[in-house]
Amino acid sequence: MSHVLLRHRDLPQINQLQVYRNNGGFEAFRKAVTGMKPNEVTEVVKNSGLRGRGGAGFPTGMKWAFIDNKNWPHYVVANADESEPGTFKDREIMEGNPFQFLEGVAIACYAVAADTAYVYLRGEFWDLAGFLDQKIAEMEAAGYLGDKLFGTNYSLRIFTHLGAGAYICGEETALLESLEGKRGQPRVRPPFPPAYGLYGKPTIVNNVETLTNVPPILINGADWYKSLGTPDSAGVKVFSLSGRVRRPGNYELPFGTTFRELIYGEKNGAGVQDARKVKAIMPAGASSSLILVNGDDKVLDTPMDYASVRTLGADLGSASVIVLDDTVDIGWVIEKTIHFFKHESCGKCTPCREGNYWMLQLMERVRSSGSQADVDLLAGVARQMQGKCLCALGEFATMAVVTGIERFPQDFTKAARV
Amino acid sequence: MSLETTHPQEVKQILSKYPPEHKRSAVMPLLYLAQHEAGYINRDAMQDIAQLLGITETEVASIVGFYTLYHDKQEGKYRMQVCTDLPCALRGADEFLENLCGRLGIRIGETTPDGLVTLESVMCLAACDKAPMFQVQGPSGIQYHENMTVDRTMEVIAALKRAGREVK
Repeated sequence: MSHVLLRHRDLPQINQLQVYRNNGGFEAFRKAVTGMKPNEVTEVVKNSGLRGRGGAGFPTGMKWAFIDNKNWPHYVVANADESEPGTFKDREIMEGNPFQFLEGVAIACYAVAADTAYVYLRGEFWDLAGFLDQKIAEMEAAGYLGDKLFGTNYSLRIFTHLGAGAYICGEETALLESLEGKRGQPRVRPPFPPAYGLYGKPTIVNNVETLTNVPPILINGADWYKSLGTPDSAGVKVFSLSGRVRRPGNYELPFGTTFRELIYGEKNGAGVQDARKVKAIMPAGASSSLILVNGDDKVLDTPMDYASVRTLGADLGSASVIVLDDTVDIGWVIEKTIHFFKHESCGKCTPCREGNYWMLQLMERVRSSGSQADVDLLAGVARQMQGKCLCALGEFATMAVVTGIERFPQDFTKAARV
Repeated sequence: MSLETTHPQEVKQILSKYPPEHKRSAVMPLLYLAQHEAGYINRDAMQDIAQLLGITETEVASIVGFYTLYHDKQEGKYRMQVCTDLPCALRGADEFLENLCGRLGIRIGETTPDGLVTLESVMCLAACDKAPMFQVQGPSGIQYHENMTVDRTMEVIAALKRAGREVK
């Protein structure tokens, strides 16, 4: 099957405007602006079952329908802050298939009657921001962005904005604070961005991959999209596969593909390095719960969709699948994830700011001269952080810790003995 | 000297992206502009940007302090930032960095004696499938180098050295 999102894998020149246009490019945007009402566009996206690809899986059309039409102007912000360890899909989409992404941004803008959009890229995507600026300029020159588009009264501008190295800015309200020129710290919610977003105005924040799905949905229809994937998770997903596999990389597959197919499929991961066994899977990057595998066929044969992954005691999140083989010590894994979250905690909520600091100290102690009492204390600190922070970072930081200690106790008694 | 005097075009272009009543949004791009030449942001530059945007110097300083890609101290001309987060570490990033330290004769956080390269260990750079990898932050922005070996990294450093000489 040809790709829906990673179309550059089939058509390497699709990052050129002419090639994109010759392959149906901008037809969805034209169709929307010239033939549909904004709420009709939202309705199609709602019916398609498209859910947010940044990790939360919130229904996209429903989010768009929440836009407050009593407060103007409206904004759309594309979240291109991609910073979750294990996630590297948005970068490939924007580099390989930039116009489909930008067309998705444009359609979202039309659907919520926004005339300005920002693409918020993590600061490290410096060259990519310059590349997108160039693509935006080409769209303006070709009449796909700017004033009075397609002979209508609809006008639209898209701007890029670079962050500067902060994982927390992937959280939508922290991103908006950052875009307003402040420290990227999450806001208290509610109100949510569709009511109170950028500059206090109604704003839709969507992930890059989410938006890139929109043009083909508008062209092929909601039913076509639902025919891909599973009832609870419609469509295709770009799975970022990393860790101890032979062929790490991005693989676009329908939701419901099994872990086994992703990890062992010859066209996908092609198996584990050195033919070792899979010990654990982290399906949502460093924020994941650790799924215990240890050769269990049932786990490997689980379909990757939101509901099925939950039956394994984890969330699919952004589908950044990190594979850990049987040589990997889970204590070491947890030390890495805690180190990450301690560094990235924005400092606003005390349980996250202090809890991560304590967890790192405890983990270092467990790994040097610690005891079972320290392991228990570590798990206790993690549990006490849960449900006490404004955003999900405080939660994410504890997932691998709690599930690692619970599901791989032998790795901790071993560490404690060293 | 103010950025408005030294880079009038760039400042104008940056400000044009945001609504005039929300020009504070320009603080991050302006900080990149200020950092461009010297590789770090000094007090004068923070004061200048604060004045340009009608905010306090403290507010500008809080942005510099919060985000890791802004620097308030002079280090090497280039910052070589190796990702050692979990996915990269599973593919040998820690060993790579250790061997690179050995080859360069410096420790993490230190600068080569010629002042060219500061070696740093950083958080995820969204290139987990291409580890070991690093980014180079320098006067011409940020560039990625992926699927690296120590030998190839030494070639990158040699190229940076040559580029530096040509500029002089």
